[in-house]
Amino acid sequence: MYKILKAENIADKIYLMDVEAPRVASHCEPGQFVIVKMDEKGERIPLTICDYDREKGTITIVFQTVGASTEKMAKLKAGDSFQDFVGPLGRPSEMVEEDLEELKKKKIVFVAGGVGTAPVFPQVKWLYAHGIECDVIVGAKNKDLIILEDELRAIAGDNLYITTDDGSYVRKGMGTDVLKDLVNNQGKKYDRCIAIGPLIMMKFVCLLTKELGIPTIVSMNPIMVDGTGMCGACRLQVGDEIKFACVDGPEFDGHLVDFDQAMKRQQTYKTEEGRAMLKLQEGDTHHGGCGNCGND
Amino acid sequence: MDVMKKVPVREQDPNVRNKNFDEVCLGYNLEEAKAEASRCLNCKNARCIQGCPVSINIPKFIAEVKEGNIAEAYNVISESSALPAVCGRVCPQESQCEGVCVRGIKGESVSIGKLERFVADWARENGITPKGADKKNGKKVAVIGSGPSGLTCAGDLAKLGYDVTIFEALHEAGGVLVYGIPEFRLPKQTVVAAEVENVKKLGVKIETNVVIGRSMTIDQLLNDEGFDAVYIGSGAGLPRFMGIPGENANEVFSANEYLTRSNLMKAFDDEYDTPIARFKKVAVVGGGNVAMDAARTALRLGAEVHVIYRRSLEELPARAEEVHHAKEEGIIFDLLQNPTEILTDDKGNVTGIKVIKMELGEPDESGRRRPIEIPGSEYEMDVDAVIMSLGTSPNPLISSTTKGLEINKRKCIVAEEETGKTSKTAVYAGGDAVTGAATVILAMGAGKAGAKGIHEFLSNN
Ligand SMILES: Cc1cc2nc3c(=O)[nH]c(=O)nc-3n(C[C@H](O)[C@H](O)[C@H](O)COP(=O)(O)OP(=O)(O)OC[C@H]3O[C@@H](n4cnc5c(N)ncnc54)[C@H](O)[C@@H]3O)c2cc1C
Ligand SMILES: Cc1cc2nc3c(=O)[nH]c(=O)nc-3n(C[C@H](O)[C@H](O)[C@H](O)COP(=O)(O)OP(=O)(O)OC[C@H]3O[C@@H](n4cnc5c(N)ncnc54)[C@H](O)[C@@H]3O)c2cc1C
Ligand code: SF4
Ligand code: SF4
Ligand code: FES
Repeated sequence: MYKILKAENIADKIYLMDVEAPRVASHCEPGQFVIVKMDEKGERIPLTICDYDREKGTITIVFQTVGASTEKMAKLKAGDSFQDFVGPLGRPSEMVEEDLEELKKKKIVFVAGGVGTAPVFPQVKWLYAHGIECDVIVGAKNKDLIILEDELRAIAGDNLYITTDDGSYVRKGMGTDVLKDLVNNQGKKYDRCIAIGPLIMMKFVCLLTKELGIPTIVSMNPIMVDGTGMCGACRLQVGDEIKFACVDGPEFDGHLVDFDQAMKRQQTYKTEEGRAMLKLQEGDTHHGGCGNCGND
Repeated sequence: MDVMKKVPVREQDPNVRNKNFDEVCLGYNLEEAKAEASRCLNCKNARCIQGCPVSINIPKFIAEVKEGNIAEAYNVISESSALPAVCGRVCPQESQCEGVCVRGIKGESVSIGKLERFVADWARENGITPKGADKKNGKKVAVIGSGPSGLTCAGDLAKLGYDVTIFEALHEAGGVLVYGIPEFRLPKQTVVAAEVENVKKLGVKIETNVVIGRSMTIDQLLNDEGFDAVYIGSGAGLPRFMGIPGENANEVFSANEYLTRSNLMKAFDDEYDTPIARFKKVAVVGGGNVAMDAARTALRLGAEVHVIYRRSLEELPARAEEVHHAKEEGIIFDLLQNPTEILTDDKGNVTGIKVIKMELGEPDESGRRRPIEIPGSEYEMDVDAVIMSLGTSPNPLISSTTKGLEINKRKCIVAEEETGKTSKTAVYAGGDAVTGAATVILAMGAGKAGAKGIHEFLSNN
């Protein structure tokens, strides 16, 4: 059993938990994920590692309630446990294995969308901890859905740019608008963009960065079962190759990923009925890509 | 009783069982087992023993069954096999022990598998378990993977006094026995969990949710965690796809995914959260045991099922009994045919499959006649799901994260057959990870060899 030490509702439908998992905490790196299973009858749910404490042996996860399993998970409290908690899975972010001196010469920008801010966080933290500054753009539908702002501000200071779709906080517009503004109007030059968020958002970031000529890495979140390369549920078309996100990724060259196919595949287990329900329940927090909402 | 024929085994009626997940074959009772045992000629030069990859002393155990000494029969089997309740159920007996049985020359071979299963089930029901070591020898061995190979290796080493820990990536122990082979062929709770429990009773620790190569590397096991040797029994779990258009459509699954959802995650049971869609008409591509299992699972979930296989009935690699059962249950075999494309609608959902007919040409390297496409014979079949069952290869997760571990061009770990020794000191391997997808009994045999190899290595160190 893997004990939950902290459970917080940090924004509308978004939850943060610290979980005791010493084996995972001792070996994980930014970019990797875990799979959790609540109980005997639960699903295996993949979640990115948002933060880790090697000494305490804990892992921080942040998740949004989107369906039956995540709804159930949101009800867990500090003191409860996950029956299973496996990881770290997937490959660490490219930066972890890169030559530090080379990396220091690069100008990196992150574009985070909604709950995608969570997986961006450990990467930003890692870079600053290694003395590398980077820019971070965080976008969300509205003010209530901005997460980890204080934590990121403490690390990235003025290099953090926040935007909301409806203009309810800081500025109005999407992450792509901010990126365009920084490059076109504020003279910023980037060698690499790392975009993490809903598929539809990553798709549009990639269209933009292709235009701007910025190599872009995205973190994919297809449906998964085992997370060890055994089932192929997580397969993606990347360039002319089929990749398994759980072992070859989850990070890929965004300019090669077939997002349209990935968006279709993510719908496999969502019935017409379920999708309608989802839109209803999620209301304003609906993060697109459900296949029923025209990707808004 | 006709001595030329096997004592028939009781089975669930095909029209009942094709709607449930309970075991198809009900096995022998004591009377039936004794009657079948009496058909064995107790040959001096027993060919059946040579047909068994782990050389169970078949005439000896059968003689005990004939006398009604089932506990004794169990001891005979236990000398050679750690998982008799499993092997009795899933070994391809027709090409192993029973395939060479003398009785088979004029009539039907002795039902060795069913007798073995009877003995193992009897032992379990009567609480007979294998005995562990009296004394620990203080040496630690890590076993990667809890499939038949890992379980056997761990059990043998524990009996020799080693402190053994199995590391398993999934949340449940058993390997293919829990995630691949369906409940209706191999009951998970009564049979597999009981066999795993037996291994634990020998003192073996099983740590689930640890992915070697990610959670820890082999070098860390040896250097940081204090293990003296490692056995890799990680199987061949990486599914293959055909590379035809439409293969990434939503309702195209690897057999591994489909079976894992149904078996490991118990998606067929509504009480469990993992979803599995119910389809009207399903095409299963391939002809091995895995294809049969996927097809019969889809059937039980309510679909009309077509098995599409590019060669003829004779070349079907699945166990004869499974093919027979599949036919009885109503699976449709579309033989000498091969898919060329999967058809979809604009949402990426499967609407059909395009198939071309084949004929058999000259034998290829495998000795089987090569299937050749018949030009212009393509046709389309409406289906709402496709399950790809084209074989698997070893997962590169371990080989790519272990320096000095040699693999061959099929991505299999290179290991000596008699000892399991690999190119890396203190690291041994066996089972599907070494041979590529094979059988339970071969994986078990390799686990035994690995245990022997590790014991020799650590005794001399
Ligand atoms: C590598 C990876 C990292 C992830 N990291 C995070 C994270 O940090 N925070 C977070 O909130 N979410 C994350 N997700 C998505 C999260 O796993 C899904 O939101 C969750 O599985 C939905 O489950 P559900 O039963 O509540 O939803 P339902 O909509 O009821 O799900 C139905 C089925 O679809 C699958 N499914 C639905 N949506 C997704 C999805 N987006 N991704 C994968 N499977 C899906 C589920 O497995 C389930 O079988 C990640 C996914 C992956 C693959
Ligand atoms: C659907 C299906 C039906 C079959 N039917 C039959 C049959 O009827 N008769 C027969 O004889 N054979 C059958 N087989 C083949 C047989 O099951 C295999 O040959 C056998 O299970 C191989 O045993 P193994 O121990 O080598 O590997 P596996 O059983 O594959 O076990 C390997 C284990 O290692 C774990 N693992 C993998 N990588 C790691 C890692 N990095 N870290 C930790 N753990 C890891 C896996 O999760 C798995 O549990 C079938 C196979 C399938 C898939
Ligand atoms: S283990 Fe398999 S091959 Fe050996 S006797 Fe038993 S059924 Fe036959
Ligand atoms: S070959 Fe057949 S008849 Fe002879 S000992 Fe073996 S099982 Fe009995
Ligand atoms: S999740 Fe099964 S192969 Fe990736």
